[in-house]
Amino acid sequence: MQDLEKDFQDRIDRGEVIEPRDWMPEKYRKTHIRQISQHAHSEIVGMLPEGNWLTRTPTLRRKVALLAKVQDEAGHGLYLYSAAETLGISRDELFEQLNAGKAKYSSIFNYPTLSWADIGIIGWLVDGAAIINQVMLTRTSYGPYARAMVKICKEESFHQRQGFEIMMTLCNGTAVQKQMAQDSLNRWWWPSLMMFGPPDAESTHTEQSMKWKIKLKTNDELRQQMVDVTVEQAKVLGLTMPDPDIKWNEERGHYDFGEIDWEEFWQVVKGYGPCNKERLAARNKAWDEGAWVREAAVAYAEKQAAKRTQAIAV
Amino acid sequence: MLGDNSMILGHRLSELCGHGPSLETDIALTNISLDLFGQVRHYFQYAAKIKGAETTEDNIAFLRLPNEYKNTLLVEQPNTDLAYVIARQFFYDVYHLLLLDQLINSTDKQIAAIATKSIKEVKYHTRFSSQWVKRLGDGTAESHEKMQTAIDYLYPYTADLFKETPLEVSLKEAGIGADLTKIKESWLTQVKSVLEEATITFPENPYGHVGGKEGVHSEHLGYILSDLQYMQRAYPNMTW
Repeated sequence: MQDLEKDFQDRIDRGEVIEPRDWMPEKYRKTHIRQISQHAHSEIVGMLPEGNWLTRTPTLRRKVALLAKVQDEAGHGLYLYSAAETLGISRDELFEQLNAGKAKYSSIFNYPTLSWADIGIIGWLVDGAAIINQVMLTRTSYGPYARAMVKICKEESFHQRQGFEIMMTLCNGTAVQKQMAQDSLNRWWWPSLMMFGPPDAESTHTEQSMKWKIKLKTNDELRQQMVDVTVEQAKVLGLTMPDPDIKWNEERGHYDFGEIDWEEFWQVVKGYGPCNKERLAARNKAWDEGAWVREAAVAYAEKQAAKRTQAIAV
Repeated sequence: MLGDNSMILGHRLSELCGHGPSLETDIALTNISLDLFGQVRHYFQYAAKIKGAETTEDNIAFLRLPNEYKNTLLVEQPNTDLAYVIARQFFYDVYHLLLLDQLINSTDKQIAAIATKSIKEVKYHTRFSSQWVKRLGDGTAESHEKMQTAIDYLYPYTADLFKETPLEVSLKEAGIGADLTKIKESWLTQVKSVLEEATITFPENPYGHVGGKEGVHSEHLGYILSDLQYMQRAYPNMTW
């Protein structure tokens, strides 16, 4: 057993990719199921805040783009659930964990989309943060996950550009539109920094995850990358960052930023964010009300198969 | 009329996005909605060009009065459950495909071009919805009952598809529009054949609801428009 684990670690250290049929420590498998399924659930729950604006887009062009984006997210969910299935768990089991409130998803989706600008912000900041995280994951040690990430990253960067373009249009628009954009940034900035997870000192999974190359950078490193990129982009938009402590630190070569309200973070993680209940209720409703449809599809397929067998027997 | 049908049906489907019974059906229904809105843009861009001045596709889509929307009553009916969604889609798809099949020969070149492009998409929609009518109709006892209920409920709204308005008569005579009498015959044959395979009884109700194509709608349209027009009405004359 010890040798297997040592060989496994050696393979990872050599930068080899782990495939579903390879031997892996049980904890590696479980950690991956947890991480991939959380990621898949985030895609699926993430459809809800954006879906909230599908019927109210301001133009037809925005309608088509948003429909395509939300559909992409369903597609991402689909590949990620498939990647998780290679580790020996079914999509139905994962859905049940989500619906029961046992599985986590990105807390950012527990915040409400209150204006059209929030659709721009989700693309710009939330997808921006996701890309920072996911570009790293294209080099993660588990093959199916890394490959899913390559495809997902391409689509995400398209979404991010689209989001930034919505923000740009608002910022070049009327005073009302610019205010809508600023208000949205004020509400979403801190939650999007929280997307990278707790500070390194408190992150329970980071050390082992880095050893197994599930993660290649720490939460704080990724968060700093997000701050550095976003501050520059906000300048282009002409928006004010809602953090008076943001300033360039020549010595570090990075922007310094203010203290994150970790109490808010834990509150949302524990299920007490502004929309946790609504999001879970929407997923449960879709799942429960879809039960008869899924049963019908199975029954129909069985009847068709029986007819074919009968035809062959005759 | 063509654009409004696609837009209102596409809108109804977009309400479902993220709430489907499985990821696959969610993706498929959103995809149909996307196709429909793609068609809407073609029709409305063409209409805006004909109207001239400063008319845009968005003025046409978002800034008309309720009675200026000419979609049929069928497409504005709500997403009561997936059987209703499928029944509405199926009735409309079969009609839409037959309609486009005539419009590809329209003397209006632009209409013919849009029809030629759309027909490929609508063939897929028809295959999807016909398949689901069979799956739900001939699935479990529960799904059969739900499918039958939805078909019975929505069938009377199909009358609106075939009631020729004076505008349609003149377009038909000019060789631009379609001949709805011919479409109705093929529609009935195809619908009956799929329903039979789905073990669904064809509704015998001889009465139908009409008026949508002349701007007399069901109560549902008002709510659809308050969502659809919200941004353009609340923040007029801005670029998005």
